[in-house]
Amino acid sequence: MKFRAFFGAALLVATVSMPAIADDDPAIGQRQGQFKLFVHNFGALGSMVQGRIDYDADLAATAAQNLYHVSRHDQGRLWPEGTGSNNADGTRARPEIWENLDDFMQKFVDMQDAVEALQPVAGDGLDALRPVFGAVAGTCQACHETYREESS
Amino acid sequence: MRVLLSVLGVGVLLVAVLGWALSAPNTIPESALVGLEGDAEAGRKVFLAGGCASCHMETGDDADPTVLAGGRSLQSDFGTFYSPNISPDPEHGIGGWTQAEFINASLRGVSPDGQHYYPAFPYPSYARADPQDFADLHAYIMTLPADPTESRPHDLGFPFTIRRGLGLWKQLYLRDDWVITGDLSEAEARGRYLAEALSHCGECHTPRNLIGGLDHDRWFEGAPNPSGRGRIPAIVGSGFTWTEFDISAYLESGLTPDFDVVGGSMAAVVDNLRQLDKADLDAIAAYVIRAGE
Repeated sequence: MKFRAFFGAALLVATVSMPAIADDDPAIGQRQGQFKLFVHNFGALGSMVQGRIDYDADLAATAAQNLYHVSRHDQGRLWPEGTGSNNADGTRARPEIWENLDDFMQKFVDMQDAVEALQPVAGDGLDALRPVFGAVAGTCQACHETYREESS
Repeated sequence: MRVLLSVLGVGVLLVAVLGWALSAPNTIPESALVGLEGDAEAGRKVFLAGGCASCHMETGDDADPTVLAGGRSLQSDFGTFYSPNISPDPEHGIGGWTQAEFINASLRGVSPDGQHYYPAFPYPSYARADPQDFADLHAYIMTLPADPTESRPHDLGFPFTIRRGLGLWKQLYLRDDWVITGDLSEAEARGRYLAEALSHCGECHTPRNLIGGLDHDRWFEGAPNPSGRGRIPAIVGSGFTWTEFDISAYLESGLTPDFDVVGGSMAAVVDNLRQLDKADLDAIAAYVIRAGE
């Protein structure tokens, strides 16, 4: 629940120091960079699950480990209030995130848990990888369904 | 002067009579529907392909997709629509409807008491469907739990509150022919049936004109999100580079070829479609590629 603690602090800082318009808030690009690293690793696993590339135990284990670490990156300063799609350009983060922070954070924690379960089995073959990979994808979808805007 | 007024009066009357006649509800005659036997198990697949639960399931965080209490909102340029209760409840749902009434509601947008439905209900797509599929769907829905929630009235602005006017809209936009024509492979034809009729892909992926009609000349070219920010993406054209494999994999897994994960309103579509046979997803993929050629 590290996420929760740092999230509160971030909001406090945000309300004190941030103006309402946050078009150029670097946090937007930075959190998107984090998701690109997710995809960099998640995509390697997905490519194997979908048969786009051959299964490679070392690559799978490394990607799962990377995912684990990226998912542990503290979220504290990445989601300042005022960086939603209602008042900033270049983001698909829906304002509902800040209206339902507890639920948003829970969905993030669900993803962290699913990624944690991936790490020990990713190198054990496709049959072991497939269901836990699917569970991770499900946690991504659960959040995107509610908290991400349609395509920009 | 008096003659002129008389002519004018007759003209106005003629237009009114013509408008009234043209706006009358058209239904499939009961005689054409007798003998259809609904198969609930087959109807479950229609239910999934049609995405009925996406709009009609009860509201709330832990909504059960088999409880079709409705009440979900759909914003549009014309106002806010609320999906009605289509659970088997005899009073507030559709438990009292005959199979023929259900089919005419779905394929012609006409209620059992002869009113037009708003095309927020995608009957312009279902119009292309085989009545047998909706007989099956009716049988399936009748096996689901009844819910006594009263349907919430739509919140629309004038003149959209006049349902009779929808009869004229239907004259323009309710057609049961296919959008993509020509020689189609068996898979492409099956995909067309799913995509153009049951799964009503065009309802979101095709832009609409000022009065809400789909622009068939820009089929699948993407459109503004009717209910908020962002766009529903184009799935044809030079910007759409997915292969058949990519499309089918996406409908099954929710993963784009770049391994982004589905979200927004498409998430529920994928949750439904992934429960169909893989051959059906392959068929939709073949059709989407064909539509882009």
